[in-house]
Amino acid sequence: MQFIEDANKKALEIIQNAQPTLVGMGIARDTVPGMHDKLVLHAGPPITWEKMSGPLRGAVVGGLIYEGLASNPDEAAELAASGEIEYSPCHHHDAVGPMAGVVTASMPVFIVENKSEGNFAYCTMNEGLGKVLRFGAYEQSVIDHLKWMEKTLYPIMKEALEIYGPMDIKNLMAQSVQMGDECHNRNKATTSLFIREIVSSILQTDSSKEDQIKVIDFLNSNDHFTLNLSMPAAKASLEPVGKVENSTIVYTMCRNGTEFGIRVAALGDRWFTAPAEIIDGLYFPGYSMEDANPDIGDSSITETLGLGGFSMATAPAIVQFVGGTPQDAINYTTQMYEITTEESGSYKLPPMNFRGSPTGIDIRKVVDTQILPVINSGIAHKDAGVGQVGAGVVNPPMKCFEDALEAYVALLEKEGMLE
Amino acid sequence: MSLNDLFTKELKVVNMGLESFYDDLKKQNVSAIHVQWKPSAGGDKKMSSLLSRLKGSK
Amino acid sequence: MIKAIVKENAYNDSVTLMLISREVQKLEGVEEVLVGMGTELNLDLVKTMDMFVPELEGVTPNDLFIAARYDESKVSMENLVAAFNEEMNKKKESGSGDYQPPTLDSALTHLQGANMVVISIPGEYAAEEAENALRQGLNVMMFSDNVKIEDELRLKKIAVEKGLLMMGPDCGTAIINGVPLCFANVVRPGKIGLVGASGTGTQEITVLVHQQGVGFSQVIGTGGRDLSEEIGGLMMIQGIEALMADPETEVIVLVSKPPAASVEKKIYDLVKKTDKPVVIDFIGGDADSIKEAGAYPCLSLEDAARKAVALARGEETVDFDGFDADETEINQMVEEAVTKLKPDQKYLRGLYTGGTLTDEAIKYLGENHEIYSNIPLTPDRDIKHLENMKGHICLDLGEDQFTRGRPHPMIDPMTRTEFFESDVDASTAVILVDVVLGYGSYVDPAGAVVESLEKAREKIAAAGKDFVVVASVTGTDQDPQNLNESIKTLEEAGVVVMPSNAQAVRLVDRIMKAAAL
Repeated sequence: MQFIEDANKKALEIIQNAQPTLVGMGIARDTVPGMHDKLVLHAGPPITWEKMSGPLRGAVVGGLIYEGLASNPDEAAELAASGEIEYSPCHHHDAVGPMAGVVTASMPVFIVENKSEGNFAYCTMNEGLGKVLRFGAYEQSVIDHLKWMEKTLYPIMKEALEIYGPMDIKNLMAQSVQMGDECHNRNKATTSLFIREIVSSILQTDSSKEDQIKVIDFLNSNDHFTLNLSMPAAKASLEPVGKVENSTIVYTMCRNGTEFGIRVAALGDRWFTAPAEIIDGLYFPGYSMEDANPDIGDSSITETLGLGGFSMATAPAIVQFVGGTPQDAINYTTQMYEITTEESGSYKLPPMNFRGSPTGIDIRKVVDTQILPVINSGIAHKDAGVGQVGAGVVNPPMKCFEDALEAYVALLEKEGMLE
Repeated sequence: MSLNDLFTKELKVVNMGLESFYDDLKKQNVSAIHVQWKPSAGGDKKMSSLLSRLKGSK
Repeated sequence: MIKAIVKENAYNDSVTLMLISREVQKLEGVEEVLVGMGTELNLDLVKTMDMFVPELEGVTPNDLFIAARYDESKVSMENLVAAFNEEMNKKKESGSGDYQPPTLDSALTHLQGANMVVISIPGEYAAEEAENALRQGLNVMMFSDNVKIEDELRLKKIAVEKGLLMMGPDCGTAIINGVPLCFANVVRPGKIGLVGASGTGTQEITVLVHQQGVGFSQVIGTGGRDLSEEIGGLMMIQGIEALMADPETEVIVLVSKPPAASVEKKIYDLVKKTDKPVVIDFIGGDADSIKEAGAYPCLSLEDAARKAVALARGEETVDFDGFDADETEINQMVEEAVTKLKPDQKYLRGLYTGGTLTDEAIKYLGENHEIYSNIPLTPDRDIKHLENMKGHICLDLGEDQFTRGRPHPMIDPMTRTEFFESDVDASTAVILVDVVLGYGSYVDPAGAVVESLEKAREKIAAAGKDFVVVASVTGTDQDPQNLNESIKTLEEAGVVVMPSNAQAVRLVDRIMKAAAL
């Protein structure tokens, strides 16, 4: 119906005109809306401690220790279950977090402003690989590393960005998708571009050479550093869509390790959830599907924008994890055009003859064609703190889209918009 | 376009259903494409009727 | 052991699944297996086969299931699933890797300038897809049947208004701009244009014209119900008008079962308006009214083909209801046949895959013999009245009742194979079959007939008996199945191959009379 097409057009305009810009950094307590000392933010739709899976519980425990609210894991677990700690989705606070996505008050965050709409999005810095909080590790080394990030890495990065000025993240990603990245599971090019931009400013900060070297080495050691920029960039681009009436465009897709949740423009901040799935992918030697945690993380915000799995065609290196050929990657992206509304005006994919990435997931098309969004994801071990055990392709549950469609029609009927 | 116009053009076929018909066309080098058809909403009557509610007049 | 497994959200077309079913059935220890989508039809079939197990509760049309009855000491469900997967992978590997979009609209963005949509999806969904195609200015060929007549009427009206083809529902044969569509033979381009409401009738005429060195401009199908009162011959008329205006077409041929009276009149009125010669085979219809309309009536499909060829060559038309071979040869063939038969071999078994060819056989043979059929001339000759099959039968194996849950016998010979097993025995004298080649047909129909025949012969060989087998091959030298090889295969197996269905039927009539069957 015409009014639906008009609403969707409006939503797409918002997405296409977005200007996600890194404008600085801050401490969560002072920067993230609604943040306070007893609040733990997490990836995915709302969840209680009782329902949390291994990696998320581990990350909560680590977060509480990091904040000094508990001095050991047992104390932290008791506190976590006590009712004293409030849990809230990152998404409810203009934030996003990869994997467990735990954000606590003392953590530093990137501040990304969507210059076209004036809204903001926040994300912590990526810790790197190995035993890290986002996979649910909470041993002392994890806490120590988080402290280093807060006390050394953050001040230098913050100052470097002040020296550099605003950094256009959209521009970075538009380049990197032509360099083999899809900005979710493959970030090497984006991270390289970021380092290239920021290194001079790091050297100009008022800090010791030793610390600067550590910072630069750290950035260099972590291919996925800019995942924590592409995520808030996507979040900032999409969030205003949540206010477009009558639009069937999806503006959030995320998982908390137990449930997958989506949000749809016309239905505002209502969540449509279903059990998260176990990923069918390539497992590292020694691991199998039995070890896997269900899908977890806010990183599917990149697919929601049309990057990540949607742009798989442009990241041939990813295909090892989907067990296929570059042609398979192209076929995945080609399929995504069936469930989206427009081609991106900014993210052009060379192997698709420079077609713009598939943008604007429409719940009607998902249910009609039965083609589900494809998400490139890392797989976490189901036990806290073990880390990544593989990577692959995963879909959201169809139920989320069916429930959303049902709610959407009911809403329109209530408003008398359907004859 | 009248039927007689069709007679002057190269036939370009969209095949929807039995894939063998598409295979036969390809064997003859006919310009063709095969639709991997599924019923709307995979045959789910409730969902497909919701989708129809949203179609109205084009 | 009876078991079933379900794969959710794994849609595949019915013919692919049926063919896979058949392959999986070959595993040792498997008594019965059905692979299908969870449609009501298929679930009913499973119940009929006594294989409805609890695993199948709640299965939806979007789920694929494998239900099987098997000897668990010889085979397991895992083996069946593995076999299924192997067959599915064979299909995938042989595929070209071309992108297959999920909808018509998407397909149109990938294939610029598309002008024909061929639809063979389940009937309940076919009308909506066809309407979408017509409204976007595309021509439609619809093989699907089980489409409501109101939908057919609405679709054809849209097509007429827009000057488009709406061939079908239930249309299996067309050759447009030289491209064979669905079940059609490869014929040379030429001056004859044909509009047909019957698939194998069309095929028979096209191959016989080709064999005589002439060709076709267009072969338009209308679907089986076009000439009914309700539809009013909309596509037949649209087709005739187009051929009248087509500079490439010099002779027009119409083929169909007899139309409804009002439709017949419309056609004759139209036909009177053209100078182009029109050959009309309304199978078994009234010759005089055809002549009055200034058109050429026909005695058979073969006669229609011969008349069209004559007219295309600017020659006089001649009625043909005889044989290519001379009388001496024919008498010899009849004698040889009669000598073969023992006194207790009494019955005809006509096992056909093409409906119109069956019809032609029954109408001819029915004049002098009592022929029972599933498409009988009169209700009292319905096969259900024939006890223990003790009588002459001539069956259309492509009719709905025989194709429930299985592919059409032209695609898969299994149905005819089963009838050879059940209906051919020591009391059978003459077997009459059609062998239809062309695109859409099985890869070796002649081979399949011979295989069935040898098995049937084994049954009676001990009694020192043999059958008389007569066939015609509907095919051309350019069809994917080699016409000459097909004829050779049949002849080497002792089958008498006649040049057309009409001649095969006439020969059978002679044999039956000579042997007093």
